[in-house]
Amino acid sequence: MTRARTVRGYADLTGEVESRIVEQIGEQHARLASRLSEVGAIIVIASGKGGVGKSAVTANLAVALAARGARVGAVDADLNGPSLGKMLGLLGSPLEDRPDGIVPAVGVAGVKGISTDLLIEEGVPLRWKGPGHDQFVWQGVTEAVALREFISDVVWGPIDYLIIDIPPGTDKIGRFLDLVSEVGPSHLQPDQVLLVTIPSEVAGAVVARSATQLLEGGVPCIGLIGNMAGYTQPGEDDLLPLFTGPSAGEIADAVGLELWSEIPFDPVLSSRTDRGDPVGAEGDSIVAQVFTDLARRVEHGPGGREEKK
Amino acid sequence: MKFLCIPCDEVMSFSDRDLPGDGTITALFRCGACDREMAMLTNPMETQLVTSLGVEIGGRTVPEQPLQQTRSRLDTPRDNAFSDDEVSSGGGEGSSSVTSAPDHEFVRIRVTWSPEATDRLGGVPRFVRGMVKRIYTDYAQEKQIEVITPDVMDRARSELGLEGM
Repeated sequence: MTRARTVRGYADLTGEVESRIVEQIGEQHARLASRLSEVGAIIVIASGKGGVGKSAVTANLAVALAARGARVGAVDADLNGPSLGKMLGLLGSPLEDRPDGIVPAVGVAGVKGISTDLLIEEGVPLRWKGPGHDQFVWQGVTEAVALREFISDVVWGPIDYLIIDIPPGTDKIGRFLDLVSEVGPSHLQPDQVLLVTIPSEVAGAVVARSATQLLEGGVPCIGLIGNMAGYTQPGEDDLLPLFTGPSAGEIADAVGLELWSEIPFDPVLSSRTDRGDPVGAEGDSIVAQVFTDLARRVEHGPGGREEKK
Repeated sequence: MKFLCIPCDEVMSFSDRDLPGDGTITALFRCGACDREMAMLTNPMETQLVTSLGVEIGGRTVPEQPLQQTRSRLDTPRDNAFSDDEVSSGGGEGSSSVTSAPDHEFVRIRVTWSPEATDRLGGVPRFVRGMVKRIYTDYAQEKQIEVITPDVMDRARSELGLEGM
């Protein structure tokens, strides 16, 4: 098609445009960068696979780090399946709305947290207002904005670790990487990403996809955590297999990641975490020792308090 | 998004906006050279796409509030999720929730709510009430208005494009 006359294109119009959409988005990124400037290290807990215990690992690691004297915040990025509100004992008190942001709820061991658990009615799914049809068109953007607000609009204060519990789906990992990489010229990355798997071929395959995405995204530090690595009989120390699939160590080798921790299945840990009282590093159980070691590893990892000394 | 007045070869400026409350937006743009106006009309889906980004067509008139997008879009909000979700009757001081745009310099004053304004605020859905209260209080601070009345609320709605609040 030939044009009857020449009309200037978008890039040619350099004057002031009052909608300032780009500037508004830039202000959002600036707010996010400002908030993250008070965070010592961003620790991402992800998998890609659902049902592997990411949130339980997040809650117990957060409490274990706090028990070592670290100041810890936790973001439940699983907007549609929130569980950190309950697991970290965040529920119960209204959030305080201050001019400088929302004061996060404070749970077990002083861990600060934010979750849709705190914002939506109990027993109902997360639903967004908007046109009832073709929600897929805008829902992803809405949820990305909500996640950004969870980080940028919450008064975390100076903290050592901000732990992000990423929901299932490799796309969710990518979405978070996009979010933090846009905050400044330094292309911010999570300091540490812990991928959680169970001894299962299927879980291992999904984790491999997630690892590929993270490596392609340039994430420098990725560790593998093998959850539900086995169980012990009462009074016995031997770890018996819970699944027949490849061990976390075998998955780590196959994917090319370093195995950071293997967490045995422990019904006490499970029930206490479910009722908002994570074991963390408390006591002398095997899992308490495992989380103590994992917390120490995080502390010595990139961005960790020990690494900074 | 930009609009060009082709006869004048001028970028049109945003001049007004209307939010009828049905999910649509009417945004008016004017050519500074010939005064010609044009209206940009969006349907609910288009409106949703833009507002999902957390931006305002025509520019932001008041500072964005904490968790504004999340709070205003939840369809099943928890009662009393926020400490200021409850509004006490008979008026109340607004200074505790006052904020100011960082680039606006003005003398902070004590802002109170008349009983009639408090009653009207009570009609705002609970999940956005705290946010709405702050927007009106910010407006009053900006305009150095000591008592928020229904008339002040009407003016704020008109000037800030807050139809529906």
